[in-house]
Amino acid sequence: MTDWLQHLLILPILLPLAVGAALIPVDERNRMLKGLFGFGSTLIVFVIAMILMRIAANAGNPPGTGIYQLGNWPAPFGIVLVLDRLSALMLCLTAGLALAAQVYSMARWHTAGHHFHSLFQLLIAGLNGAFLTGDLFNLFVFFEMMLAASYGLLLHGSGPVRVKAGLHYIAINLAASSLFLIGVSLIYGVTGTLNMADLATKLATLAPDNRQLVETGAAILGIAFLVKAGMWPLSFWLPPAYAAATPPVAAVFAILTKVGVYVIVRLHFLIFGAAAGASAGFGQDWLVAGGMLTIAFGAIGVLASQAMGRLAGYSVLVSSGTLLAAIGLGHAGMLAGALFYLVSSTLTISAFFLLIELVDRGRDAGADVLAVTMEAYGDFDEDEEEEEVGVAIPGTMAVLGLCFCLCAVLLSGLPPLSGFVAKFAILRGLFDMPGADLSAAMSAADWTYVVLLILSGLAAMIAMNRIGIRTFWASIEGTVPRVFVIEITPVLVLLAACIFLSLQAGPAMRYMQATADDLLNPLFQSERILSAPRAGGQ
Amino acid sequence: MELILSAGIGALTASGVYLLLRPRTYQVIIGLSLLSYAVNLFIFGMGRLRVNAPPVLEPAGAGDLASYTDPVPQALVLTAIVIGFAMTALFLVVLLASRGFTGTDHVDGREQRHD
Repeated sequence: MTDWLQHLLILPILLPLAVGAALIPVDERNRMLKGLFGFGSTLIVFVIAMILMRIAANAGNPPGTGIYQLGNWPAPFGIVLVLDRLSALMLCLTAGLALAAQVYSMARWHTAGHHFHSLFQLLIAGLNGAFLTGDLFNLFVFFEMMLAASYGLLLHGSGPVRVKAGLHYIAINLAASSLFLIGVSLIYGVTGTLNMADLATKLATLAPDNRQLVETGAAILGIAFLVKAGMWPLSFWLPPAYAAATPPVAAVFAILTKVGVYVIVRLHFLIFGAAAGASAGFGQDWLVAGGMLTIAFGAIGVLASQAMGRLAGYSVLVSSGTLLAAIGLGHAGMLAGALFYLVSSTLTISAFFLLIELVDRGRDAGADVLAVTMEAYGDFDEDEEEEEVGVAIPGTMAVLGLCFCLCAVLLSGLPPLSGFVAKFAILRGLFDMPGADLSAAMSAADWTYVVLLILSGLAAMIAMNRIGIRTFWASIEGTVPRVFVIEITPVLVLLAACIFLSLQAGPAMRYMQATADDLLNPLFQSERILSAPRAGGQ
Repeated sequence: MELILSAGIGALTASGVYLLLRPRTYQVIIGLSLLSYAVNLFIFGMGRLRVNAPPVLEPAGAGDLASYTDPVPQALVLTAIVIGFAMTALFLVVLLASRGFTGTDHVDGREQRHD
């Protein structure tokens, strides 16, 4: 690996950070220019993420590949950025969603407030940092960066509804950050290290009384991430906040819950994997119970939702619950399917959030939101924006209806699309127990999970059918919404990504399987990080 | 000293959690501030309490490691203070915006009815 390729690893953090900062002094009237710069930056990050994914998937890398030592300090002493299959996958997913949301926002939503594109870049920098870092406290810093940007983005567009939802969102996240700090410092106080890889090797040799303290710390830390992931009963803030956010913001927020899930996946297998001695599998029962309750709560919420925004918010919860319970059940075969589900469900929910506003535009509820926005910001100018965004698409209702159908099929997990492939892969991993009597090997929790997974799909199907019929079939004389090409394209691209994922399910699942194998072998990963050579010598 | 510190952290946390659960936005922000003070002291305490031991090397040379205190928690506290401070300022702005929109300082944006 050449030198410049080595430095590629830090660019997904530095580039959005620099562009975000550079865009702040640019006058707000040059919104399109700002948007194009932001889009360019995200596009470069996306390309870098693809290159990094290729590097991570490559088996024969020389030692030290994908380990970036900041300040050239070796691993347990300095902060490291770590590239592996999982972090590369999350980088790609983030950049993809961000691209779609940014294009969508340029049609009209970025005019609803100030500094939209700067905040967006800072959010991407925080997300990428959280995915790449190999240090617990550094994770906190990137987490806060991401959250600070997300507060600004949630309040984008202002109005009483968003401010109220934002107030709750900020309060609960500040409380969760306090828990994060308590957990991290407790772990540091006992083990004397903040490096995740170092932590994994130290945990096996702990004295029993210290072990209890570390487990307490990890549990407190876990609660902070479960708040973010939206596990019941820590999730009541989520549906109102996501429904109140502007559509492009809500679309990219779909990945924020996955950050919580990502950190739990990472820490769970790294610290409490098979090699952790007496602590192996710590907290699994809680993840299973919490995950299943989240699926149930989310499914009931989906059925009870009248507005599509809330339906999408509860779908986020169902998706989180499915993942958390799958991690908690701990069958090795399920993990690859769960990762596939993570990608598929995030893309789907993101597309759905973008679609909702387009569909709602022809209805009264959507008009209310727009009216509020216009009231708060006098510069929300209809004429100006129409000349900017170009032509409206023909056959609007047909295109919207088709997109809605695809979302319904993906959300409920019906064949032939990736939602079905993902759920099938999870269930196959669960049932795949060679040589064992199935009725004896499956625990009650396993069966409950199977039932809940299928019922949650049914709930999504019923709810989407009901809303779809009310929206697309009932209102003949309702106004047909004006939808621009620049708005429908991101939705189509995200849905096309899901279709591509369904068609290429074989290679995708092989990648996920390799990712899962990496996760299940944490000590090899630790070895790789701790023994990475310093740049320019020994 | 351990007793005083732990009692202090306990009192701050208890008051912070109580205020966090109150219905007025001003109480919530004070609660969050108290909570962050408690957390900062807790992080500091995790580096062990030592008197007369500097966290940085003295100019004369490294000397005996036993005469120094752990510098990492102090660096962590510094970062946590800065971030906590920024977040409190941001929360204050949202609090004022909420007051402006709804005309009340209740966290739900409307007074609770007692009927």
